[in-house]
Amino acid sequence: MSTENTPTNGSATATATATPPDATLDFVREKLTKKAITADHPTWCPGCGDFAVLASYYKVIEKRQLEHEKIVTLAGIGCSSRFPYFVNGYGAHFIHGRAVPLASGISLARPDLHVFLFGGDGDGFSIGGNHLNHGARKNINMTYFIMDNFVYGLTKKQTSPTSPIGFKSKTDPTGAIDQPVNPMKQLICAGATFVARTHATQVNHMVQMIERAMDHQGFSVIECLSECVEFFPGAFDSANPRKGGAFALIDEKKWDNTPEDELRHDVTDELAAYKLAQLPFPGVFGVFYESDRPTKNALEKKWIDTTREKLGNPTDLQLLQKTFDRMK
Amino acid sequence: MNPPPVLPQTDAANGAPAAANPPSDRADLRPESINDAVIRLAGDSQDGIQSAGAFLARLAGRSAQDVMTYMTIPATISGGPSIFQVRMGTGEVLSAGDEADFLVAFYQHSYQDHIGCLKEGGVLLYDSDNVEPDLDDKRFVYVGVPITGLTVEALGGTAKDKGKNIFILGLIAKIFHLDVDKLKALITEKFAGKDESIVNTALMAFQAGYGYPVGNVLTKQYRFEPHVPKEGERAQITMDGNQALAYGLIAAGVRYGAGYPITPWSSVMEILRSELPKYGGLFVQAEDELGAVSLALGFSFSGYLAVTGSAGPGISLKTEAIGWASMSEMPLIIINVQRGGPSTGLPTNVEQSDLFQAIFGGHGDSPRVVLAASTVEDCFYIAIEAARIARKYSTPVFILSDTSLATRIEAFGEPELKDLMIDPTLDLTPRPVGFKPYAVDQITQHVPPGARMLDGKYPLISGLEHDEMGHPTGSPKLHMAMTAKRRNKLRKLAEEIPAPEVYGDQLGDTLLVGWGSTYGPIHDAVKLARENGEKAGALHLRHVHPLPNGLEKVFAKFKRIVVVEMNDQGVYGFGQLATILRARFCEPKIESATKTDGLTFRVKEILERVFEGRSFAARKIPREGIPTVHTDTSPENVKSLKEVVPQGVG
Repeated sequence: MSTENTPTNGSATATATATPPDATLDFVREKLTKKAITADHPTWCPGCGDFAVLASYYKVIEKRQLEHEKIVTLAGIGCSSRFPYFVNGYGAHFIHGRAVPLASGISLARPDLHVFLFGGDGDGFSIGGNHLNHGARKNINMTYFIMDNFVYGLTKKQTSPTSPIGFKSKTDPTGAIDQPVNPMKQLICAGATFVARTHATQVNHMVQMIERAMDHQGFSVIECLSECVEFFPGAFDSANPRKGGAFALIDEKKWDNTPEDELRHDVTDELAAYKLAQLPFPGVFGVFYESDRPTKNALEKKWIDTTREKLGNPTDLQLLQKTFDRMK
Repeated sequence: MNPPPVLPQTDAANGAPAAANPPSDRADLRPESINDAVIRLAGDSQDGIQSAGAFLARLAGRSAQDVMTYMTIPATISGGPSIFQVRMGTGEVLSAGDEADFLVAFYQHSYQDHIGCLKEGGVLLYDSDNVEPDLDDKRFVYVGVPITGLTVEALGGTAKDKGKNIFILGLIAKIFHLDVDKLKALITEKFAGKDESIVNTALMAFQAGYGYPVGNVLTKQYRFEPHVPKEGERAQITMDGNQALAYGLIAAGVRYGAGYPITPWSSVMEILRSELPKYGGLFVQAEDELGAVSLALGFSFSGYLAVTGSAGPGISLKTEAIGWASMSEMPLIIINVQRGGPSTGLPTNVEQSDLFQAIFGGHGDSPRVVLAASTVEDCFYIAIEAARIARKYSTPVFILSDTSLATRIEAFGEPELKDLMIDPTLDLTPRPVGFKPYAVDQITQHVPPGARMLDGKYPLISGLEHDEMGHPTGSPKLHMAMTAKRRNKLRKLAEEIPAPEVYGDQLGDTLLVGWGSTYGPIHDAVKLARENGEKAGALHLRHVHPLPNGLEKVFAKFKRIVVVEMNDQGVYGFGQLATILRARFCEPKIESATKTDGLTFRVKEILERVFEGRSFAARKIPREGIPTVHTDTSPENVKSLKEVVPQGVG
C-alpha cells in the first residue's frame, strides 16, 4: 500500500486532501474477527450483566462481517457507557445524556456508517430523556441499546428513573417513592419505530434483537435488563430461568392463517404493544413494536435531492454566486 | 372588486428616472447636493418600516453608495415601537450616524421618543393624521403629510393603512431624488411570486407617495453626489450580519449544522435550514440547545465541520458539550449572536457581555478559539476564518456577533467567491501504521469514520482524559501533557495571526481598542478626534482569543489605551476585554470605557468617555445640545428611571 497520498498526522486539513472514495476499495478485506474488534479489557465489576451485552455485540459484528472502518460505537455517561472503549472501531464517549443527538448527527450525515449507541437507564430515561423522545419522534436511523439496571452504578447506588418503588438507595434510604419509567410504554408513545426488550443472561436472544434492530430502518431501541451485581443484585432473577424465574418470550404473529396465530402478537399493532408493556414485572421479552414509518434520514435526503434537481444540480460556486447576484 | 384607482400622473409615472427631471428654475427648489444623510423611520413594528428601510439600503447598495443601517425591534411579538435608521453616503460610512437629518414619525410616541435624535435644522416628516408636533420648537423643519389618509385613499381602503411604509418610501424618493426605476424594481422583486395585485398595490402606494406635492411644504430637496466608481471596483451586495454569517459558512464549506430558535440568532439557522440542502447539506432544528450542539458535534465527528449557534442563554446550555469538543479536539463552529444579559435580559438589545463566556465558559481547562466580527462584511469573512482555524487546529471556534450586526444591513464589495469557496470533501485515505489521533507532539487532526487504519487500531474520541490513542487514563503525567497539548495549539495559532493594523495615528496619545460591532463608531470617533487635533489611533481585534502576538509593541506607542466595549465595568472597574488585556499585558495604562444601555455606541458617547475631562471633550463635542443617553447606572448618576431606561428609544 502506497502511503504517498496518506496525510501524516497533523498535516493537511480534512477538506484540503480530497480523495476519491474508491481509493479505499483497493485492497483485500480480511475476515473481521472478534480479536480485531476487541480493545481495552472492560472495567465492569465481575458478574456485571454488561459483559454479556459486549459479547453479543462482538458476535453480531462477526456474524454480519460489517466493514470494520464503518462501525461507529457511541455512548454517553454511565457504567454501561464505557462500552466504546472495549470495542476497537471508530467510537466516541460523549457527555451524559446527549449521545442520541450525537448519533443523530453522524447518522444523518453519513448513511454509509453503522451507528450503534449504548447507554444506561439514567443516560436514556433521565438526563437524556428529551433526546430519546425526539430521536424517536424524528425516527433517526440508529440502533440504541439501553442497558437497564434500575440503579445508578457508576456513582454508587442512587435511585434511577427505572428503580422500582420501594428500592432502597443512597438517595432514597427508606425506599424509592417515585413512579418509575416504563421504558416500553415510553418508547412506543414517543414514536420509536423498533422497540424490543431482552435480558443480559439470554445471549442468543440479545444477538437476535440486535440483528433485527440494525436491520430496521429507523430509530431502533432495545431495552436490556442487565443486572448490577454490586448495587442491585438479583433485580432481574424473576426473568432468569436459572434463578427460578421465567423468560417469557413474545409470540409473534406468523401470518399463517392458523387459529393459533389469531392469538399471537402483531408487532405493527401499537395498542397491542402498549398492552404487552402494561404487564407486571418482569413482563415479556422480544419485539414489542415495529413500524416502517419513513426515517428523517430518508425524508431529508428526499428534500435535498428534489431541491438540487429543481435547481439543475448546480455547483456550489454557481449556487452561491446566484444568491449574491440577487443581493446586488 | 374595486376598479383600480387611477394613478396620479407625475413625470416619473411614465418611467422617466427622477434624475432626468430638469432642475427647477427656482433656486430654493433646486436639489441641494449632499454626500451623506441619516434617515430615521420611527413607527410600530407592524408598519413595515423595516422593509421600507431595507429598500433604501438595497437601493444605496445598487447605486454603489455606502450604506449602514441601525434597527431596533421590540421584544413583543407584534406591535410596539420600532425604528429603522439608514445612513447613506457617497463616501465611507462606518457607523449608523448619531443623529438623524431626517426623521419620519408615524405616531405621537414616535415623535416624542425620537425628536431628540434629530439634528438641529433637520427635517421632521410626520403623519399629520396621528402626530401633533410642537411647532414652536424652531430648531427643526416641519413637514406634515396625512400619510394614513393618503395611503388609504390611494389603495382604495381595502388594505386599511397597510402600505404606509411604501407611501413614505415614495415620498423619500421624491425628496432625495432617488432612482425611482431602481426602487420600483426592488419593490417588484420583493413581492414577486406573490399575488400580482400585491405588487400593484405596493407600486400604487409608492406612486402616491412619490406624487405627493411635498414641494409645497418642503422648500429644499436633496440629491446624493454621484458615486464615481474606482478602477476594479466590485459590485456591491447588501445584506444583514446574520445573512453574511450564513453565506460565509457556506463559502467556507460548512454543510451541516443544528440549532434551536432564539433571538437574535434564529435567522442564521433559518437561512441555513433552507440553503444547505441546495448544497447537499443539512441543518437540523434540534429539540433543545444541548441537542443542537450534540448534533453539530455528531456532524463534525462524521467528518463535516459543523456549526451550531445561539444567543447567550443558549450558549450556556451548550457549554458542557463545548467542553467535550475542547477535550476530544473536535472541530466545531459556535456562533453567539449576543444580546443583553444575563438570563432573558434584553432579548432585542445589543450588548458585548458574552466575551468571558466565550473564552472561559467551561468546566476545567478547556481552550477554545474566539473570533469577533466587526462589520456585516466581516461576518462573511470571519465565518471563513473560523472554519479555517477549526479545521487546521481541530478545535471549537466561537464567532461572536451581536444584535446590531444581526439586524443591520450594510452594502459591501462582492466577495471573490471563486477564490474563497472550499469544497467539503471527506478525507477517507487510509491512515498509516502507527497513526495516533492524539499524538502529544502534534496538532490533532480528526479522522472521519470510514477511513481505514492500516494497523487495524481505530481511534476513540473521548471526553475522559486519554492517551495518544484516545483511551482513558488517570495518569497525572498524561493529563499534564494533554492539557499542555490542547493549550499549545492555541499558542501556535497566536503566532500565526498578524497583529491588526492601527487606524489613524501610529504613534500618539490615545489608542482606542475595540472588538466586535463597535468598529464603526470607534473608527468614526478616532477620525473626529484627529480632525480636532488629537493624536489618536484605533486597534480592532478580530481574534480575541488567542490574542495575536505583538500587541505589546503597538501598546508601547501610545500613552493611554482605552478599551471601548458594550458591557459592564465589573466589580474591578474594567470591561471584559479590558480585564483580559490587563491580565495578559500587566499594563496599567489600559483603561476601560463601557456602557450597558443596550444600545449601540454613538460616536459622541465614545468621545465623551475617552476624552472626558481631557483636551478633546473640553474643546468640542460635535452637535451640542442633544440629550445624552445615561449609561452609567451607578446611584450617583441615576437621575430618574425614565432617563436611565431607554423607553423604546433607538
